[in-house]
Amino acid sequence: MSAGLLAYASYLPRHRLSREELGAALGTAAGRGNRVAASFDEDSTTMAVEAARSVLATVAGPLPSPDVYFATTSPAYLDKTNAAAIHVALGLDGTGFAADLAGSARSGLAAWRAAAASGGLAVLADVRTGLPGSADERGGGDGAAAFLFGEGDPIARVVGAASRTAEVLDRWRPPGRDHADAWEERFGADSYLPLIRQVAAEVLAAAGLDAADHVVLTSPNTAVSKRAASLVKGTLSTGGTPIGHSGAADAGLALAAVLDTAGADQTILLLSAADGCDALLLRTTGELARRRQPAPLAGQLAGGTRVPYATYLSWRGLLAREAPRRPEPDRPAAPPSARGEQWKFAFTGTRCTKCGFTHLPPARVCRRCAAVDQMAPARLADSPGTIATYTVDRLAFSPSPPLLDAVVDFDGGGRYALEIADADADELAVGTRVGLVFRRLYTSGGVHNYFWKARPVQPGQHPRGGSNEQ
Amino acid sequence: MSSRGIADRVAIVGMGCTPFGELWGKSADDLLIDAVQECLEATPAVDRQDIDAYWLGTLGTGQSGLTLSKPLALDYKPVTRVENYCASGSESFRNACYAVASGAYDTVMAVGVEKLKDSGFSGLLRGDPPSDGTASELSMTAPAAFSMIDPAYCARYGVDPGKMRDAMTHVAWKNHANGALNPKAQFRSVVPKEKIESAPLVAGRLRVFDCSGVSDGAACAIIVRAEDARRYTDTPVYVKGLSLVAGPAMGSVDPAYDYTTFPEVVRSVRDACAQAGITDPRRQISLAEVHDCFTPTELVLMEDMGFSERGEAWRDILNGDFELGGRLPVNPDGGLKSFGHPVGASGLRMLYEAWLQLRGQAGKRQLASPRTALTHNLGGRPGSCVSFVSIVGTEEGSRT
Repeated sequence: MSAGLLAYASYLPRHRLSREELGAALGTAAGRGNRVAASFDEDSTTMAVEAARSVLATVAGPLPSPDVYFATTSPAYLDKTNAAAIHVALGLDGTGFAADLAGSARSGLAAWRAAAASGGLAVLADVRTGLPGSADERGGGDGAAAFLFGEGDPIARVVGAASRTAEVLDRWRPPGRDHADAWEERFGADSYLPLIRQVAAEVLAAAGLDAADHVVLTSPNTAVSKRAASLVKGTLSTGGTPIGHSGAADAGLALAAVLDTAGADQTILLLSAADGCDALLLRTTGELARRRQPAPLAGQLAGGTRVPYATYLSWRGLLAREAPRRPEPDRPAAPPSARGEQWKFAFTGTRCTKCGFTHLPPARVCRRCAAVDQMAPARLADSPGTIATYTVDRLAFSPSPPLLDAVVDFDGGGRYALEIADADADELAVGTRVGLVFRRLYTSGGVHNYFWKARPVQPGQHPRGGSNEQ
Repeated sequence: MSSRGIADRVAIVGMGCTPFGELWGKSADDLLIDAVQECLEATPAVDRQDIDAYWLGTLGTGQSGLTLSKPLALDYKPVTRVENYCASGSESFRNACYAVASGAYDTVMAVGVEKLKDSGFSGLLRGDPPSDGTASELSMTAPAAFSMIDPAYCARYGVDPGKMRDAMTHVAWKNHANGALNPKAQFRSVVPKEKIESAPLVAGRLRVFDCSGVSDGAACAIIVRAEDARRYTDTPVYVKGLSLVAGPAMGSVDPAYDYTTFPEVVRSVRDACAQAGITDPRRQISLAEVHDCFTPTELVLMEDMGFSERGEAWRDILNGDFELGGRLPVNPDGGLKSFGHPVGASGLRMLYEAWLQLRGQAGKRQLASPRTALTHNLGGRPGSCVSFVSIVGTEEGSRT
């Protein structure tokens, strides 16, 4: 492994499912606290975009287009590369490589290793769905993490790695199903425990260490993840998954949480036990304190708003609700989507080079000064804006009615009417500040309609959620 | 602008209009036949064979001239099917008038029709071309788009939202009260204000009674040269001004647009008034039929028409200025609100009320000797629309 870690970020969706409400609804003991839940308009692709946007925002100056390695167990598409949409949504220039590593928790480590080996962006994202009453439903979590590797002053270097592979029927899911099966958890745990000890010992010995400063251990096997704090100890901290098992994103989220607090010149041992066990040993640099993600994971986790259990079930397709008496939308058409790639996926409009008027979507003829074909591209995905007016549309088709719409005026020019994400109507007013998030408006005919939505930003809050404290 | 217009060159000599409503038993063909038959029976001096050409306005009830020529079994006549969103009926009228004014035909008919209630859906449906799925019009419904006027207007003029709600309620109440006097209206009862304000929410603060009726219907007009008009009727209605504006949809992209006006309406009113020689609309217009698709629309239109000062329409509305007995009656037939809104028919329905009022045939809602009427028909949504205005009157002009 050659490239250094330049930046990292995590993304947690805003919604929280109360385990107490879940337990009360099903008449079971579901424990306490909240489960982090992706909204109806989020999927692994959209969450990957948000985490990766945060990473790129922490890197000063223009970057050569990095390769994108996208890992998930919940791909939005098969046969079609989801990393391609992520690549465009990030405003990258299309010259890089982009690929999915999809299928299992270990895919997250695969993306990480690929990006670390040759430079690039590893993006790990997952929506974990379990049947009502299942351990995955109450104990899983949805989220994303992104890591940028490349030349330059790193915030951490990979100083060691070790792996073991084992064929273990611990957790599995046939294609086409959105919830997993698991064997008795003690069987998997007894299979993984020796492997965890082996790779930890091997990677520490190779580095000449008795112990790492920080150790994080994640696993889809709950008997392993429950013992994360005691199996392999770090001298300064020992921990596991921050939000519950989150598929291919789990190890990345755990690492992001450590990087939020680790000091300079400290070692971090990342252990991930899934169909074997992988160990990565990192050593931080003095740069870390200057280039942490702007919104720490703990702050992202502490925020959030409650989603009623029935609403959550309808989002996951586990509770069918009657739709408004409106036709379902048409699927997005391929040629217009391709022609409008930079608009639809990157929120890039045009700005008139004669008079400066901004056009969303792109226009060839300036509506202010009528100049023809005198436009320059203008990407506004990262521009904050203000609500000019808004409404709650109770008649419109929506995967989660009612639909909230607002006319957004962007700082520095440009207006567009957008759907509102992650907010209730009472959070909207003329003058409310918003930032953009990449979302899935709806799915029709098997085609996901990806586009941008506006999300209210509270003062002091990072545009993509969580608190802004450093 | 060199919009010279065709003031006093053509006249309406006959009209027909079906009842509007959820006409489950009537097909689009039935509606077209009913409206045309009523018109011809009321205009015995015009034989069907005398009609040289037809214009048909409809948003989505059939394509091509065959939509009219087949059910009416027309004898190889020219039929032009036009579409301009909710102004499609007005557009058929406008083009029919121009055809006569040009001298190409002696006698033409403008028809508008819409059959909305066969779809099983609420509200209007759009037939959009394949797209990239990013346009807000694809998901946001018409009531949602027009509801955005409400918070924007309150913010711009510092109007208390409660007063704004009162004004919206008053518009609905007034138009239902007018519709109660109209035997062809979809809704023919007075609706108490408490009922208007407790109806289910549709979009923003718009409730069911803030929205126009979704309905089926058809209407039509026979147009001839002004100098020939008295051959057919003693009381023709002369066309004084016709304006249509399709905006560049500036409001949808320009932060300077504040959702408290329709620039397209302002321009079309100015144009039509100039053609008709109207310099003081408040005094010279006897009645106005305006596009009250939703209650805040009618409120803003009062200002765009020049009937109210900016920021004052809500007060004038609550003052009763636009009621049947007010200083300038607006939508005396009940408007889109209670007469109903079969899209392609609505523009001609507005002209039908002008026709009745100007000829003293409006029954219980008859105004005292009106001389000039304005009709206004809007298509699209705030920031992105087409606007039509006509001015018609009883006085035979001298410009022929």
